[in-house]
Amino acid sequence: MNRKLIAEFKYDLAPVIRGYNNRSLYINLSTNEIKQKPVTDLMIDKFVGGKGFDLYLMWHGVKDDTKWDSPENEICISFGPLCGNTSYPGSGKSIVTTISPLTGIPVDCNVGGHFGPYAKFSGWDAIELQGIANEEIIVYIDGDRGIVQILSAPDEEINSHILAEELVKEFADDENKYQFVSVVSSGKAADNVLITCLNFSFWDKRRKVARLKQAGRGGTGSVFRHKKIKAMVVKYSGLKVDSNNPVDVETIRMRGLKLHREIEAGDDTQNRMHQVGTAHLMEIMNDYDLLPIRNFKYGQAPEAEGLHSREFKQLFTQGMPDGCWFGCSLSCCKGVDNFEPRTGPYKGQKVCVDGPEYETAAGCGSNIGVFNARDVVEINFYCDTYGVDTISFGTSTAFAMECYENGILNKERTGGLELTWGNADAALELLHQMARGEGFGLIVGQGVRKMKQIFAEKYGADPNFLQDIGMEAKGLEYSQYLSKESLAQQGGYTLALKGPQHDEAWLIFMDMVNNQIPTFKDKAEALHYFPMFRTWFGLQGLCKLPWNDIEPADNAETDEPAKVPEHVQNYVDIYKAITGKPLDKKTLIEQSERVYNFQKVFCLRMGKGRRIDDVPPYRAVGPVTEEEYLSRQERYDKQLKEKIGINPEGKSTQEKMEILRNYREDQYQQLIDAVYDRKGWTKEGVPKIEHLQKIGMDLPEVIEVVKRFI
Amino acid sequence: MKVLRTYPDKCITCHNCEAACSKLYFKEDNPEKSCIVINEELYPPEMTVCNQCGICAGVCPTLALTINAQGVVILNKSLCIGCLMCVAACPNNSMRYAKGVYNPFKCIACGICTKSCPAEAIEIETA
Repeated sequence: MNRKLIAEFKYDLAPVIRGYNNRSLYINLSTNEIKQKPVTDLMIDKFVGGKGFDLYLMWHGVKDDTKWDSPENEICISFGPLCGNTSYPGSGKSIVTTISPLTGIPVDCNVGGHFGPYAKFSGWDAIELQGIANEEIIVYIDGDRGIVQILSAPDEEINSHILAEELVKEFADDENKYQFVSVVSSGKAADNVLITCLNFSFWDKRRKVARLKQAGRGGTGSVFRHKKIKAMVVKYSGLKVDSNNPVDVETIRMRGLKLHREIEAGDDTQNRMHQVGTAHLMEIMNDYDLLPIRNFKYGQAPEAEGLHSREFKQLFTQGMPDGCWFGCSLSCCKGVDNFEPRTGPYKGQKVCVDGPEYETAAGCGSNIGVFNARDVVEINFYCDTYGVDTISFGTSTAFAMECYENGILNKERTGGLELTWGNADAALELLHQMARGEGFGLIVGQGVRKMKQIFAEKYGADPNFLQDIGMEAKGLEYSQYLSKESLAQQGGYTLALKGPQHDEAWLIFMDMVNNQIPTFKDKAEALHYFPMFRTWFGLQGLCKLPWNDIEPADNAETDEPAKVPEHVQNYVDIYKAITGKPLDKKTLIEQSERVYNFQKVFCLRMGKGRRIDDVPPYRAVGPVTEEEYLSRQERYDKQLKEKIGINPEGKSTQEKMEILRNYREDQYQQLIDAVYDRKGWTKEGVPKIEHLQKIGMDLPEVIEVVKRFI
Repeated sequence: MKVLRTYPDKCITCHNCEAACSKLYFKEDNPEKSCIVINEELYPPEMTVCNQCGICAGVCPTLALTINAQGVVILNKSLCIGCLMCVAACPNNSMRYAKGVYNPFKCIACGICTKSCPAEAIEIETA
């Protein structure tokens, strides 16, 4: 490829010290300025790393009125002090933040692949991309030689499954060194729609392909392509077990080995990550009435047998060490090899598909009425290579299908697409339209919030009905769990800072199945602890799965099995062993609490984050339609009787639905009161100044923003 | 297929094999750094050594472990990133690790230990 060197920056190579480089990389694509910035003591003390650094840098890079497509909007990618160790499973994560085109507030994504560790060991604790390039470009970091370049990218290819592989081959020193190169890219749909993602590659030496992991949520791909970035490429060849220069490498190795052994002994009888990855959840969710069926109407369907994990197991190549970073023995990222798409530009070609993971199988399967595993794999493939988020695609398509089934949409309005439940061909055509930049796919690709507006304005649809069935909050589409029967999970979704994603709190089993958190106070405590604990993964560059998707054999006998105490202790131990800094289980939560509240104030600053933004669509809370009520009539009638004290006999379904709705919405509001109080926020959802002072997040710029809302 | 065969009934637990192995590969007489391990707490003694089953090679994320033409599993240290996944995967605890040694190590059926054994309790078998 004949590339033009647009800008170049040379820097001194220096070893990482105890998990930190103590510098970040700043690139302005408008001015072609490339420079290094010091990572200050304040950044480390208050923000730790990873998502904390991203948010801190972005806060100072954007303005109050910055939109996703403003030149000053940033894409920040950071790695965290524990990132890149090869001993403890799940240690290769990058955290991506940007002002989201879907929500207008910061979105954060935790993504695997080799880019993060390689960029970190190339010398950077974070990368900050600002501005908009004049032409299509590639950002290249050569961590072996200490060079950052902006290169022209006249390449025709944009779609990730081809581009990532081409760039790995172009930038690697030779064919034996492909594994030292990693690529960040998006796809053609990201030029046209907003429900987009970034792909982070890792070279799979066995399959000899560039595998793709997704920074999925919130439209990061659209920001990336709007900046005219075709790809970021990093090369780093010096990986060692002690590349972080930890203070105590033996402790990390021994904690890692212990966990490897737990996984080796327990995975086959616990979550079967080696065999089917997170798709093991399909039948469990269906059994518990939690699998989203047809736009979250129901949690269970007999047809879901077609998406049982055994169907995916037949498609996933078995017996591979499928870790997205070295040393991850949990090996959850399964791959379908030699898959031949039946539609689209790659029809009939043999491709490697990453996944489907649970979210994709549920979102692009059961939630749109598709119950054929191969159809899900094909949707998964095209989502990834076009740069579309499978979760938002599934939820947006499900919404459009329900509108079609209700007559809000018709063939004329969709340009000929029959968006009936289960029409996989139509779903795939939506995707191809997103990539081609034409047709109704462009509408669906705006996401649920914009569709609600369009359908009300253009087609006269009832805005209240659209609000009830449109599964989004803050502008982001829900991920794929039915929360109707778990009040705590309703809070877990709707209170999540970036929008309704389950990565802050997944409390359905604790709440609904095991009844471990019956009172508002219990739920509020869980909605404090778990979001804080899970935030910590994003500060460190870690994956959540090895925390509780494998449990020590004696975990059930511990005081708090839901917290997996032994694994939390492992995290404390490896943090101390890498950084040499003190930490215990309490101060671990405090690290997160500072950054979490900073992000909350950042949301307020950008125009969201108050109580009025923490409102779920009623579909997430209870039955919107009569058919939903009637399908679980026995359950709902029982609740009327036992929980509300109202005899359902003699009442019409509509009357019963209204009583149930009032009750459930009131319960939700009571939950919010309890959670805000526990989190140290006002009734309007604004962090109290005294709370920020108490937790050590009372920076002047933070207090200044909070004062606008108090 | 080349493999070190063990005959526990013959072993007299002199530990000469461990010394020979660690001296060759680590320049020190240290049973912690021997690829063969003799446990004399059991009777007959337990002799733990790689049977070249290759399971470890199947889990190595960098393909640092490969099986050579003689059927022996070999570690390429330049590719190894010290994750120890192979140690956990090994079904008979014969992938070894030691404090201060970042790469795991294992028996490659070199036969040095057999020369030190006074009881003919170990031998190289080539099939």
